[in-house]
Amino acid sequence: MKREILRFSEVSYRYHTPQGETAAVEGLTFSVEEGSFVAVIGPSGCGKSTLLSLAAGLMKPSSGKVERTGRCGYMLQRDELFPWRTVEKNLFLPLEVRGDRTKESRERARELAVKYGLGDFLGSYPSRLSGGMRQRAALIRTLVTEPDLLLLDEPFSALDYQTRLKVTSDVAAILRGEKKTALMITHDISEAVSLADRVLVLSRRPARVIASHDLDFEEDDPLKRREHPAFSRWFEVLWKELNA
Amino acid sequence: MKKTNFTLISPEHRRYLRKKRRSALLVWLLRAGLLALLLGLWELTADVGWTDPFLSSSPSRIAAAVAGLYADGTLFYHIGTTLWETLAGFALSTLLGCGIALALWWSDTLRAVLEPYLVVLNALPKIALGPLIIIWFGTGSTAILFMTVLVGLIVAVLHMLTAFLSTDKNKVLLLRSMGATKLQILTKLVVPASAPSFISMLKVNVGMAWIGSVMGEYIVSRAGLGYLIVYGGQVFKLDLVMASTVLLCILAAGMYFLVALLEKFLVKDTDR
Repeated sequence: MKREILRFSEVSYRYHTPQGETAAVEGLTFSVEEGSFVAVIGPSGCGKSTLLSLAAGLMKPSSGKVERTGRCGYMLQRDELFPWRTVEKNLFLPLEVRGDRTKESRERARELAVKYGLGDFLGSYPSRLSGGMRQRAALIRTLVTEPDLLLLDEPFSALDYQTRLKVTSDVAAILRGEKKTALMITHDISEAVSLADRVLVLSRRPARVIASHDLDFEEDDPLKRREHPAFSRWFEVLWKELNA
Repeated sequence: MKKTNFTLISPEHRRYLRKKRRSALLVWLLRAGLLALLLGLWELTADVGWTDPFLSSSPSRIAAAVAGLYADGTLFYHIGTTLWETLAGFALSTLLGCGIALALWWSDTLRAVLEPYLVVLNALPKIALGPLIIIWFGTGSTAILFMTVLVGLIVAVLHMLTAFLSTDKNKVLLLRSMGATKLQILTKLVVPASAPSFISMLKVNVGMAWIGSVMGEYIVSRAGLGYLIVYGGQVFKLDLVMASTVLLCILAAGMYFLVALLEKFLVKDTDR
């Protein structure tokens, strides 16, 4: 039995506006085990982002319990690199926020950048990087504080198709290489199937888990998974559940 | 892009560069030519008698007026007075404006409470406060300084507040997910992200500072270029009015140029 990094127990969250209140998620129960890659898919506007904010501890649930062990790193749709900082200074940002001024942490950030092909661009400004490289830099930025859980908010949806396949593959390699636990939300079924160990399907708002599947690929590389016969089978299963 | 390797320039690229240089030179020549033409026409019409130089002056009479001010030793006194009022007012309204905008960004409640006051103060023609300012601060430079700050302050506050509030929400979310405090969000994100707006605010505020100081001198002063304009108008020395206006043009352009220089220095880092 592996350690649980994140656990949602009967979590509900309601938004309040002067017009009234809206239930975004209701009775959400699931957990994420150490070392696994969990993808959450659901119809658009079903409260997926709320789920991540709750997991990150940025919002408190209206009822129920969110338990998390360790730190988490957040990766957004766009890279959100600060254009006035060099790539290196962007990677140091989470360290600065944490007040971590040790040489070792900075060295580790640089090593990660070198390892994943950004070594030559440490002194450049983000505007010089391609979309794929920027997203890789954003991922490395979330890794420098050695988070126990990565929260990915549709991290590839702003990229064009070619870049997206490439970056998905890069990210999968980096996350498996660093043995990270990840929770990714997406509306893209094929992205979920090509990356995850487990896929949770959410209902329309208020979101609740309507299905959970363990994907039985022996292959971890997203590009190879896309060619696997099981890929289209899973795609179909999830498609039907999403549109039920 | 800055480094040009001259040994590798193709003839085509060299032609392109030469063409660019030529068109830039042409624009400068035409600008200077236009100025010379206008000044020449102005001088000519006055000399020939098509216009009355007593009313519309002439370049040579303006130069003579400036020389006269220089001769009696008051030229730099007047320039210095106005320049000091303008620069001090500019600096004060900028600093105070940024400070107030920061406070308003920090506290939603404060912002909500003060919003109608800002709107009214922004719409109010500051010159309406002229008599009050004379009574409160007398007729010296302090009154003019106050007027200058008043004219620039609200504009600076509103400009910077808009900039602070338009900080990318996703970047704020990112910092919060890293566990950043509000102060860290301010120093690491909101302030640096507002640098371009800060520059554009400075550009607007340069104009505001000159409006403030000259307007202030119109109502109360005993010295300065604005005072010379009013005085010249009252005694019908239109050469003096024109000369002071020309000096104001030069000074205002110089100050704007300095801000533009600062812009180059501040924003060059982001796109290298």
